[in-house]
Amino acid sequence: MSSVSVDDTALPVAEPAVPEAWDTIEEEQEAASFGMWLFLATEMLFFGGLFLCYTVYRFTHADGFLAGARATDVKLGTINTVILLTSSLTMVMAVQGGRLGLRGLVWRCLAATAVLGAAFLAVKGYEWSQDLSRHLFPKAHFAIAECGASMFWALYWVMTGLHGIHLTIGVVIVTRLAWLMRGLTSLKIPDLITIGLYWHFVDTIWIFLYPLLYLSGRAP
Amino acid sequence: MNSGLRLFPEEASTQAPATDTLFLILMIVSAAIIILVVTLVITFSLRYRRGTKANRGPLRDIISREFEIGWTAGTCFLALFLFWWSGSADLSTLVPPRDAMEIHVVGKQWMWKTQHANGAREINALHVPVNEPVRLVMTSEDVIHSFYVPDFRIKRDVLPGRYTETWFNATKTGTYHLFCTQFCGTEHSRMIGEIVVMPKDEFSKWLHEQPQSADISKEGAALYASLGCASCHEGKSRVQAPRLAGVYGSAVHLRDGRIFTADDAYIRDAILEPDKHVVAGYEPLMPSFEGLVGDDEILRLTAYIRSLKGKGRAG
Amino acid sequence: MTDITVGQNPPKPAPVDAPAHSYLDTPSLWSWLATTEHKRIAILYAITVTFFFLIGSGAMAVIRLELMTPQADVVSDEAYNRLFTLHGVVMVWFFLIPSIPTIFGNFLIPLMIGAKDLAFPRLNLISWYLNLLGGLFVIYVLISGGVDTGWTFYTPYSTMFANGAVIAAAAGVFFAGFSSIATGINFIATIHMLRTKGMTWFRLPLFVWAMYAVSLVFILATPVLAITLVLISAERYFGLPIFDPANGGDPLLFQHLFWFYSHPAVYIMILPAMGVVSEVITCFARRKVFGYTFMVYALVAIAAISFFVWGHHMFVSGMSPYAGLVFSLLSFVVAVPSAIKVFNWTGTLFRGQITFEAPMLYALGFLGLFTVVGLTGLFLASIPIDVHVHDTYFVIAHFHYIMVGGSLSALYAALHFWWPKITGKMYPESWARFAAIMMFFGFNFTFFPQFILGYLGMPRRYHVYPPEFQALHVISSTGASVLAAAYLLPILYLTWSLFTHRNAPNNPWNATGLEWQTTSPPPPENFTRPPVVNKEPYDYEEDRDPDRPANPQLAGAGS
Repeated sequence: MSSVSVDDTALPVAEPAVPEAWDTIEEEQEAASFGMWLFLATEMLFFGGLFLCYTVYRFTHADGFLAGARATDVKLGTINTVILLTSSLTMVMAVQGGRLGLRGLVWRCLAATAVLGAAFLAVKGYEWSQDLSRHLFPKAHFAIAECGASMFWALYWVMTGLHGIHLTIGVVIVTRLAWLMRGLTSLKIPDLITIGLYWHFVDTIWIFLYPLLYLSGRAP
Repeated sequence: MNSGLRLFPEEASTQAPATDTLFLILMIVSAAIIILVVTLVITFSLRYRRGTKANRGPLRDIISREFEIGWTAGTCFLALFLFWWSGSADLSTLVPPRDAMEIHVVGKQWMWKTQHANGAREINALHVPVNEPVRLVMTSEDVIHSFYVPDFRIKRDVLPGRYTETWFNATKTGTYHLFCTQFCGTEHSRMIGEIVVMPKDEFSKWLHEQPQSADISKEGAALYASLGCASCHEGKSRVQAPRLAGVYGSAVHLRDGRIFTADDAYIRDAILEPDKHVVAGYEPLMPSFEGLVGDDEILRLTAYIRSLKGKGRAG
Repeated sequence: MTDITVGQNPPKPAPVDAPAHSYLDTPSLWSWLATTEHKRIAILYAITVTFFFLIGSGAMAVIRLELMTPQADVVSDEAYNRLFTLHGVVMVWFFLIPSIPTIFGNFLIPLMIGAKDLAFPRLNLISWYLNLLGGLFVIYVLISGGVDTGWTFYTPYSTMFANGAVIAAAAGVFFAGFSSIATGINFIATIHMLRTKGMTWFRLPLFVWAMYAVSLVFILATPVLAITLVLISAERYFGLPIFDPANGGDPLLFQHLFWFYSHPAVYIMILPAMGVVSEVITCFARRKVFGYTFMVYALVAIAAISFFVWGHHMFVSGMSPYAGLVFSLLSFVVAVPSAIKVFNWTGTLFRGQITFEAPMLYALGFLGLFTVVGLTGLFLASIPIDVHVHDTYFVIAHFHYIMVGGSLSALYAALHFWWPKITGKMYPESWARFAAIMMFFGFNFTFFPQFILGYLGMPRRYHVYPPEFQALHVISSTGASVLAAAYLLPILYLTWSLFTHRNAPNNPWNATGLEWQTTSPPPPENFTRPPVVNKEPYDYEEDRDPDRPANPQLAGAGS
């Protein structure tokens, strides 16, 4: 089976190497997608445990918890949200480009995704340094006195830290994929679909984190 | 306690017979089921072992369908029946009797500190009168421990930063084991003590003989004054604070509309995290005494507040 | 294997040549360490699982030796606490949870469904390396002195008071968990997508259904353990107050999170065993399983309900008593599907043609011991009794009946049943039967006295104890030495069998099931032609005449 593609780099399109278990590339893609969805289910439960802790402490120590929540930097958080949502857009474009056989679009959008992801991490790193200089790490000399604020900030560091780790892994994989896509790899490899799913998941986690961490306690 | 081979603990409290009856019922049910299964397995293994001339035709539908549904339903009913029995037994012992004698217990690595209402203190031991309900209000100074008296069939974890409660009514005089039964560190297995159940007159004698560090509620009154609580909660102060006479055990209306019962846990929160449950009609002005009062002192203050009777409220 | 005379045990198999081409060829170390072939990965797991079994058993031996006397004779308090923690951590996460799924699941699932390999072979290898990485952390913990929190890591002891390598232990468990998630994903995708033509869902062997159910639990429960371990490590390392009561934290929240995983985890340990028992009983009773559909639904029901009963570990914790009642009800309900399985296995024996090879002896032992487990579970589900026996030897006896009496019996049944298929060699049958019987008696001598000890009030995790408990401890420790011998004996004769010339035929047991329709051991690609299925599983019914071998579950044989 050959794949006909129209692209602007005039590189030959390689046949995908299908592992023995699968008869067709479509089967392999379907399997990879299924496997990634299963993995994302585990990630939902992983972060779900954190959301549970957040919910419990939000209600048992409401005043202090929300006092802590008001100390996050909503400007930087919002900038990051815009960056990450845009990166999801570029990722969608990359995946769609893969379906249509547009090699140039694919690797450029993947590169843009990686760049935006890295930008997110840079802003986050800056935000963390600001948080630390404002003594918002809940150990000695913690800035906010109310009981419950340190619980919020403990969860803040764990949640944003874990999200950051997941995003970093995503950036590394997307960068590698962008590099491969410039060359002889077929556009129909299952990696494009699976990394697309993973990236959107990391973005979705952020969509939950943003209101929980930046918008809590700020309603009039 | 004898050290021969015992196979069953003593029944030394009012709760023990209920637990043991339930145990016996479950033993009978279990024995019946085990005997049934083992008999069937052995019978089938012998009768249908390869080479015997038993009938081996296909199963009639009634066996493969109705039997299956039948024993599924039977097991369901048994499970629900046992839940109903055990749940009722549990519910009937949830609430301690109103007039129960109160003992405060503090667990710490690796000892038990108990204190009677009149101030008498014990380490790794608790003397109680026979046939009188005893309510244990417990907390921990460090990690989670668990207060376990096998012969009474009671057990409750003790947690840091919180109160947990259990109760018993000892029915037999004697000395019984007290074990810590939540792993708490190196000397967990040495954190054991004794519950000594005495006839009532002997107990009164014993209690009066204890070195009394004053009634803990008197100590609580002293703390109340020295910490300056009266300056807001009594008399005419510029700062309005709720009056505490009769408050213990009554319903408190909070600013956010919730209604709380002013029990030990509520008073503890009010002292350590006053902003958590602000009373309706008052501002959140009370400072926190976190770090200024320890668990022992909170117990005394609570005892004092409990002793304050007021008009028209539960005393 | 056609010459079977009525009334006699099947005669010794005629000498058979080893197959020309098997997955065991090319034994270079690199070809094994870099393999993506599921059968080789199963062997890799078998090596690491056995290694950790020996470590966990070593800890057990010292513990039972120490408990022969009420006072401390053998080790110090600190050392004892670290030993029982090591025993728990190693046995739960590095022995029991991997054992049947990673060895027999990996080896057999593609064979049983007629596939060439799992869905994600490279992920399979990665999951072994993750398991190994976790194991290396545990070895580090062992060498650096150990950890004493118990396998349950309760806070605030583990986060704020314990000295010892808590974070390293948590990391070891984290990677083992990650490994099991990868295995679960692989199994689910494989079973969904790689079944051969004609192998519909309701023609799958019950072992495959059990692997499917266990994989669902793997992927849904383990992540919660993972985040819990991350949180206690963050609290311990960075000082972040997550479960610290002084800062508003709630130690009970840890318990809820921990048990949300750890209760389903115990079903992870028993569901595969149930799958094995279904295969073995049907084969040696020569009868299709009684109530196949109910058996499938029971497996799935056990997996599903297991997620909703975690609170029964917390009846005395200070949790709301009303929540306790809900958990109690659900814990009673979860006994029902297990009971169905016991009745159905018993029903499978009815009108069978039963023989008593070693796998069958282990499976019948499982039947008896598992019944005891299920029934003692009812004791623990009822709150007044649990209040009395929680954290005592009653609970220890209960879970050892399940894990040792149940899972370990089934593991040994599986080991003997599929040994010919995996290694191409037959084991010595008389020794095997002797070991099975010795195990059954040794096991009951070890653990039945512990039920009595528990009801008497002997707490668990106690290094020293009041003298009146000694007699029962001595009985238990004596039984333990018999049990240890019974577990070592098969390791010895099975290893010995590898060096004999007693090659196994393709189907020494005349079993149905696709794995028996290929060579022993199988070639790397499993089948020379993809099999096509047109029969129900366990189609032994036609073998009412013991002279006739069973029909394989196959339209066109692949070997």
